[in-house]
Amino acid sequence: MKSAWRLTLALIIAVALAACKSTPEPTAGPEQQPVEQKPVVETQAAPDPRDYTDSRNFDNPESLLSKRVIYFDFDKSTVRPEFRGIVAAHAAYAASSGSARMTLEGHADERGTREYNLGLGERRGNAVSGLMSAQGARGDQLSVVSYGEERPTCRVSTEDCWAMNRRVEIVYTAK
Amino acid sequence: MRKAIHLTLVLILIAVARTGAAQLQIEIVDGNPSALPIAVVPFEWLEAGPPPADTVDTIIAGDLYRSGLFDPMDVADMPEQPSAQENIRFGTWRLLKVDYIVIGKVRTAADGLGHEIIYQLFDVHKQEELLSRITTVGPGDLRFGAHRVADAIYEKLTGVPGAFSTRIAYVTATGIGNGIRYELVVADADGFGPQSIVGSPEPLLSPAWSHDGRKLAYVSFEQGNSAIYVQDVATGARELISSGRGINGAPAFSPDDRKMALTLSRSGNPEIYLRDMATGRTEQLTNHWSIDTEAVFSPDGRFIYFTSDRGGRPQIYRVPVTGGNPERVTLEGEYNARASVSPDGRKIAVAQGRGNEYRIAVWDMETERFTVLTPGKLDESPSFAPNGSMILYATREGDRGVLSAVSADGNVRTRLILSEGDVREPAWSPVIR
Repeated sequence: MKSAWRLTLALIIAVALAACKSTPEPTAGPEQQPVEQKPVVETQAAPDPRDYTDSRNFDNPESLLSKRVIYFDFDKSTVRPEFRGIVAAHAAYAASSGSARMTLEGHADERGTREYNLGLGERRGNAVSGLMSAQGARGDQLSVVSYGEERPTCRVSTEDCWAMNRRVEIVYTAK
Repeated sequence: MRKAIHLTLVLILIAVARTGAAQLQIEIVDGNPSALPIAVVPFEWLEAGPPPADTVDTIIAGDLYRSGLFDPMDVADMPEQPSAQENIRFGTWRLLKVDYIVIGKVRTAADGLGHEIIYQLFDVHKQEELLSRITTVGPGDLRFGAHRVADAIYEKLTGVPGAFSTRIAYVTATGIGNGIRYELVVADADGFGPQSIVGSPEPLLSPAWSHDGRKLAYVSFEQGNSAIYVQDVATGARELISSGRGINGAPAFSPDDRKMALTLSRSGNPEIYLRDMATGRTEQLTNHWSIDTEAVFSPDGRFIYFTSDRGGRPQIYRVPVTGGNPERVTLEGEYNARASVSPDGRKIAVAQGRGNEYRIAVWDMETERFTVLTPGKLDESPSFAPNGSMILYATREGDRGVLSAVSADGNVRTRLILSEGDVREPAWSPVIR
């Protein structure tokens, strides 16, 4: 159900993006006399990617806010240095938007037992939650759900695939 | 079947699935070269109407064969088909190197509805009767009756009660992506008659039988987070046991079914709790920042075995049900999890990890040694048969999950394959009286 929702949401965003992209073409005509119009267009289209209080950055591939998956080492729940920025960006957004709520969905790879992996997924979710709390997100904005190894994104028994599955997904339920 | 004692043999059980659940096929992967030669002679059918497609003697021979300890003779190779003792020519059977012979009849029970299976087991060499019994079952229970006969023969010849008249529960996953569907299925121990007792588009896991064999506890994600349910297998009535914040997992009934051990992470990390099934009151049994989960009771009900990574990596620990300090049980290996305790309480089967390989291993609590029973690579969820003879477990073949069973000595291995999709999370029922 949830994933169906996400798919729908993704489709809506994709359609919206496609619509945005197509707009410059009709306005291509007036490009001969663009001087006054350009600055207006730019401030709307390109927010500062490092402004994590700007919700437009959720869809800006330049911004860490657009990244919502944190990957982990085998049987570990330490947030690796390269993912700290993503966690910090979302923590900053949560701190700036009191209405923001997110679910941190913890996952494990298929190795090991299912119930232990439920514990491991939760531990990963808690690690991200703890970091976000330390960086200004309120406890009531964050909830952790573990799916253990039950919802893999990749179903092949290889290291590359396992690495994709050991993750925490940041899922906003309200922005 | 005698001639066909190769390492790879296929025995397909022809059967009709009662509900939507797909049939399991069982095949022997590794046989036992010292299997006992036995002839189960076709039973004489004395009831009105034709005999069922799966005859009583076929079911008995199939059970004995799949145990790996017996090598039943093909009916086509039998020189004669006696159904009375005076017609058995022992000399002939001895020449054919048959050690044991089973003969019998099936007739309508005295109530006019049920069935009576009248049978005898003989030692061919001594020309001696070892067993002579009448097994009476209700209408529709002829298969169950045949399994009971196989149980009795198995017990007479091995000294261990048979477990053929038991059932197994397992989870299947079919479809992919958003079309994936999970079902909790209950089938006879020979894979016959699978019935889906609950289906969901969200994951189902950790089925655990009550010791009266009537209920299954399991974990369902149908509400978005893990939750524990208990369901009556026959009526389908179910009760929500736990759906609090965090993990609600790994249910296990106490031997008297009055208590349930479960994993809850409401305190912030997974701990073992004990729930009184009558009052619903729950008390915390473990208290450690590590992952404590996968609790099971010892057969005498005095201890809980569980998985904990309090020492750094997952190992099996033991704590009295009355509380106290857990002590580590498994002392070898880098990863030992999800204990299943043998019915005599002396051994525990675990999923043992070493690098990327996971195998089923058995820890002997007296000798403090592991015996690795399976080849890997991703073997998990061991479940002892109620007689301790076999261990059912989940493994992977290519990208799909299948169930396998291995004898407690590791010599015999069978494979249970679903026609489509994944099979996982097996749980062997207690003996149903």
